[in-house]
Amino acid sequence: MVVRYLIGIAVIVGLLPLAVSWLGFVFTVAIGKGLAALGVAILLRGGMISIGHALFFAIGAYATAFLMRGKINELITLFVCATFITAAAGLVVGAFMVRYRGIFFAMLNLAVSMVFFTLLSKLYHLTGGTDGMRVMTPTLLGMELSRPAFEQALQLIAIVLMVGAALAVDRYLKSPLGQALSAIETNEVRLEFLGVSARGVLLVAYVASAALAGAGGALSAVAIGHVVPEFSYWTLSGQLILIAVLGGISGVPGPFIGAFFLELVRTFAVGFAADAWNAIIGISLLVVIFFLPEGLFGILQRTETRMRRPKA
Amino acid sequence: MFANYAPLIVDGLADAALIFFVAVGLTLVFSVLHILNVAHGSFYSLGAYLSVVIGTFVAGRGWPALSFLALLISPIIVTLALGPLIERTLLRWTYGRSEALQILVTFGLFLILEDAQKLIFGVQSYSQDAPMTLLGTTQIAGIVYLNYQLLLIALAVLVAIGLRLLLKHTGVGKLIIAVVADQEIARAVGIDASRVFMLAFSLGVFLAALGGALASPTVGVSPGLGAETIVLAFAVAAIGGLGQIEGAALAAILVGLTRSAAIYFFPEFQPVVPYIVMLAVLLVRPYGLFGSIGLRRI
Repeated sequence: MVVRYLIGIAVIVGLLPLAVSWLGFVFTVAIGKGLAALGVAILLRGGMISIGHALFFAIGAYATAFLMRGKINELITLFVCATFITAAAGLVVGAFMVRYRGIFFAMLNLAVSMVFFTLLSKLYHLTGGTDGMRVMTPTLLGMELSRPAFEQALQLIAIVLMVGAALAVDRYLKSPLGQALSAIETNEVRLEFLGVSARGVLLVAYVASAALAGAGGALSAVAIGHVVPEFSYWTLSGQLILIAVLGGISGVPGPFIGAFFLELVRTFAVGFAADAWNAIIGISLLVVIFFLPEGLFGILQRTETRMRRPKA
Repeated sequence: MFANYAPLIVDGLADAALIFFVAVGLTLVFSVLHILNVAHGSFYSLGAYLSVVIGTFVAGRGWPALSFLALLISPIIVTLALGPLIERTLLRWTYGRSEALQILVTFGLFLILEDAQKLIFGVQSYSQDAPMTLLGTTQIAGIVYLNYQLLLIALAVLVAIGLRLLLKHTGVGKLIIAVVADQEIARAVGIDASRVFMLAFSLGVFLAALGGALASPTVGVSPGLGAETIVLAFAVAAIGGLGQIEGAALAAILVGLTRSAAIYFFPEFQPVVPYIVMLAVLLVRPYGLFGSIGLRRI
């Protein structure tokens, strides 16, 4: 079921840029954000909202920039290292966060991301301050590609990354560990009585969501070619939440559908509503919550069941 | 010895006074509505923007003394314009629903309000100095103090006492406490809980906007202020224990003093200090200094 949707998305995202070439870049960036939003969606499954998840997006992006400064130029190595570094950061932050629920969890995540934003902006000699850091074009399997060729390759890698991550998360959510995560939202006390450590379950989810955001950040850093402190700003965290909720958290394709939708809207809206982009995000968030609680993926699934019903 | 640190303490207490106004509003709204309003910081920055605009307008017309009036009027305008409106429409929708949904809704509101400010006031930094220069300075034991800072401290003490009196010794206060204690029983004995919710929320908005207005002569007002404020206010409210007014006051003093000490001794770490205090307190007492599990009182 999920595989079918993912293949469908992958084919559309892979083929459309052949007709409209600038879509390639838009989709690559959208996949970067979709990966991070998938991380947010995992936590939402457990009933937890992180309004500071851009923190891990930025850690992944800056890790990539620092690794390149350290003369590591291979794309695959960069992605793997950046994801592991972010996962490690997620383990450290998560060990503290899993003690809290609800509003404390949300606000503490926001606080940590704001501290990181301040550090990125202030430590000028290390991070380049508000100017950020440049990310050169890395090599791919040892080959030095021209920028257009590299961007095409990157787009394919992004699609592979998307499908791979989505399938892995799908397996995780259907495993006992993932089911226990949903149980935290339903009844945490009962879960503890069953002998399952709620904090342990949550920590696994937190590290996984951090790793996903880190991979998304690394992908975006390489695609954009520049990292700035704004990657960790709360407005991006807001976007990630909207993407997750808009796409729908009932299935793993949701956040990616949300990300493509939002990036396309942004591409067209940036011309006339650049100043009000956050307001648009906020209004859409409210509209989705009140009128479209299952998200786009939920609607897609429902229409399909409805179309099948008459045959049965 | 004391003379060396006196300015530091006054700075810290004045800072604490401003933080207190926002944090106590946040904590009050939380204890009555059981919603932590992520958009609370935006009321602070709205109050600040409005008082600077009105203040510089009247000061430019040759009435600098009127800018004090602007400090009081602008929070009232913000409260009347937004308080009842937001509570009656947006928040009413979320009562009794999951906490995750309430966070999402107020976060959406926060995004909207932050951009609305950018659209109305632009992205440049605003500042006013009329209230500060008019009040002048006082010299005590050879050290010069800003009178405005002393005024801030006095006002914060007055507001803290006033809130206590309001809650314990007036009819409205008793209604609020009744609703906090048990909403269903309160409704059953004929208390209009919806009205109490609206009043409490508006009072919270007023306190935040008042904090912003009073802060405007001391800092530049620019985009991003709302986000900084909500995180700081939450830190203070969490240190004190969510829903605890005295806790918020004590936490504000703690954070204010630590911040001014940090400016003095480790200026680079100043923005991070409140969170370090928060993390330290929450590690030892997850429900804050005065908070307790399950039991929530005003």
